[in-house]
Amino acid sequence: MSLPLLLFFACAAAAVAGAIMLIVAREPIHSALALILVMVSLAVLYLLLGAEFIAAVQVIVYAGAIMVLFVFVIMLLNAGAEERTHWSKIAPWAGLPLAFFLLLCLAHFLGHSAIGRTIANGSGAPNTAVSTRALSEMLFRDYLFPFEATSILILIAILGALVLAKRDE
Amino acid sequence: MTAVPISYYLVLSAVLFGLGVVAFVFKRNIITLLMGIELMLNAVNLAFVAFARARGQLDGLVFVFFVIVVAAAEAAVGLGIVIALARNRESLNVERVNLLKL
Repeated sequence: MSLPLLLFFACAAAAVAGAIMLIVAREPIHSALALILVMVSLAVLYLLLGAEFIAAVQVIVYAGAIMVLFVFVIMLLNAGAEERTHWSKIAPWAGLPLAFFLLLCLAHFLGHSAIGRTIANGSGAPNTAVSTRALSEMLFRDYLFPFEATSILILIAILGALVLAKRDE
Repeated sequence: MTAVPISYYLVLSAVLFGLGVVAFVFKRNIITLLMGIELMLNAVNLAFVAFARARGQLDGLVFVFFVIVVAAAEAAVGLGIVIALARNRESLNVERVNLLKL
């Protein structure tokens, strides 16, 4: 087994284990730490895919900024263990079979469609890293308007967060 | 040196997205629900990067960039809502937020 394949399986196992830990953990802080594990292993996978700038952004923005915000709010609200509640009554006999049926349909569609075959047979582009220069040229030339629009989005998000978290007198 | 097939990444992305949906549906804590959404967004990002690599084009990477920006805005506003909710209801359980429920 080659080194990239080994690295892929190690990171994929870490990501899936982190996601399962997120679901199983009862304390929100444990879920947050598990999600950080998922994000860091995804960053390694981005490096493996040759997207080094995206990997850096993933670590800085996701694992750094967003998860720190989550942990901060968990600490601020003093969030303890989640209460147990009983399930909805139709979940065991309608929800779970329907979910299984949906999964079967998706798997069947992917296995028999042209897209699925292309994906399964494609070996991928040559193993070269994407240059950050090319990415930034595309971002600031072809996608200049969406890029500027996101600044307005972030401004609105800041205002919204301030208004929502404000204590009204 | 053989590269990892793209389909492996897509299967991992699908598994992570499914686990995100499970977290969103089964968890009772509002903060953990938001984490489930973040997990789904991360899974979609992985699929974007894998497709960008398979097609040899950079557009997918730019989209990942935008998804990360929108996720940051969503986390900020979502956690603001969580703080307001925790102040009003004095609980983080979604079952307690049922004013609009029949």
